Amino acid sequence: MMEILPEDKRKIDHWVAKFPTPKGAVLMALRIMQDRHNWLPREAIDAVSDYLKISKTEVYEVVSFYSMYRLKPGGRNYLKVCTSLSCCLMGADEVIQHVENSLSIKKGETTDDQMITLMETECLGACQMAPVALVNDTEYIGSLTRESLDQLLDQLKEKSSE
Amino acid sequence: MNKVCLRYDQPALAYYLAQGGYTVWKQLINGTLSPKQALDVIKASGLRGRGGAGFMTGLKWSFMNRDKPGQKFLICNSDEGEPGTCKDTLILRHNPHQLIEGIAICSYVIGAQVAYNYLRGEYIREFNVCETALQEAYDAGLLGKNILDSNIDLDIYNLLGAGSYIVGEETAMMESIEGKRAMPRNKPPFPAVSGLWGCATTINNTETLASVPPILENGANWFQGLGVENSAGTKIFCVSGHVTNPGVFELPLGIKFTELLDRCGGVRQGRKIKALIPGGTSMKVIPGDQLDDLTMDFDALKKAGSSIGSGGLIVMDETTCMVRALTHMMRFYHEESCGQCTPCREGSGWVLQMLEKILQKKGEPDLISKIRDVASKIEGRTICAFGEAISWPVTSFIDHFYDEFVFYAQHGHSLVEGANKGFSWDTHTKSEDE
Repeated sequence: MMEILPEDKRKIDHWVAKFPTPKGAVLMALRIMQDRHNWLPREAIDAVSDYLKISKTEVYEVVSFYSMYRLKPGGRNYLKVCTSLSCCLMGADEVIQHVENSLSIKKGETTDDQMITLMETECLGACQMAPVALVNDTEYIGSLTRESLDQLLDQLKEKSSE
Repeated sequence: MNKVCLRYDQPALAYYLAQGGYTVWKQLINGTLSPKQALDVIKASGLRGRGGAGFMTGLKWSFMNRDKPGQKFLICNSDEGEPGTCKDTLILRHNPHQLIEGIAICSYVIGAQVAYNYLRGEYIREFNVCETALQEAYDAGLLGKNILDSNIDLDIYNLLGAGSYIVGEETAMMESIEGKRAMPRNKPPFPAVSGLWGCATTINNTETLASVPPILENGANWFQGLGVENSAGTKIFCVSGHVTNPGVFELPLGIKFTELLDRCGGVRQGRKIKALIPGGTSMKVIPGDQLDDLTMDFDALKKAGSSIGSGGLIVMDETTCMVRALTHMMRFYHEESCGQCTPCREGSGWVLQMLEKILQKKGEPDLISKIRDVASKIEGRTICAFGEAISWPVTSFIDHFYDEFVFYAQHGHSLVEGANKGFSWDTHTKSEDE
């Protein structure tokens, strides 16, 4: 069984306090574990089940449903390109092609140096800035041009020490 | 300015208080305004839900019996995810205290002592602003136990999702808050009877709840006066797609579509408009030749065969291949179907497969009626409105652009010349040089 670090336990406890039963905190507990390991190894998922005192089945149900959870290891950085209609009308398909060509990977793959995983994602709620990409599930990069995208890729290739 | 939700653009409590913020909340707390009075004003204002369905807000609140003993909950739906919609993010980032006051007022009126504000998992910036605002409100004694020595308790919590479109459906969100898969529940029982953890629950959209404090400050007549008949107040419109300057605007309901388009600098590169999706991709498409006199309100959009939905307008110019546009949308819906109901789970896949067959030049013209047939049979046969969300775009695209679909199936290429243009990355950025 994987140990949950005290720091992460404190974070999970903060979420548990928001609900009448600890189970409500499962989504965030998984996210906290994912932030720690950059993906969700089996042992981390089991540790969440153990810590919140809910069955493994209940945790796996959640893990397999929501799209932000990573069930296999990927790159240090995740680049997700929105391909909902507003972004497609502004060239999202070509944005993906450009990344694929620049990094020699396909959608869903990780660069050989394990720095960048490319994925597509659905509407991010930033349609006035289309085409939009999301870095590591939190940072929005909008109004992408070839120049700004190249710049972003250069940054992500080097963003290793954090 | 006649703005409601976006009237302030500074998130600090001090700023909000300086504008007279939390006045209504304090009146409720000290008893100068009764819950009944507040409810009556919201009813009289004609406020309708801003998340897509347009249900009367006051009526929804009145389904809750505040005097009935037992735990009750309010949920604020900040899981903005309908493709083409980017409005709640502005409220969450720039005017969070007005939203918190709206949540507090509604909670008290319906008798809830706990409220959850559920934000989509990617909205970290928004979450952080809301957390700061919430802490400020607690520190100022406006929330928590025994608020301003009134014996009134109210706790509000911000939550974060983990990536799901269907969680925006009201009962799916309740499942998610309970720590489960976001699978919509059968209704009845309706949330006001049995919602979160089996308790009476009301759920409203962010924009709806943020509208509440100004309505109670200025009165029902003021709000009615902003809009048109059956469509009181303002709406936040998000305009994206093939316009010169995409943007987000809060404007009175009933505004002409052409005026909204002008505010975005018109269709890019002086092209003609081919079609408009008026309220997020789940709403029916309207052909370009029916837009000249269209006004943006509940009745007019219904008359035009569509709906105001979430207020996300997607503009497509004449270079857009409608077969490709629809296929893009269907990839999304198939991916996001939760899988509970067979018509939706299987139907979304069949529709997508058939559309892709056409794009791969393997289609026959009779495939078009088959696609329409499958899609129309999803509608009304699913637990939640996701069935309609799949069905409506397909049937409306095919009905309005039938010849284009048949042409593609027959010839193996689009009727639109240079059909990649409508999806080109450079076409737009180059427009500034021209």
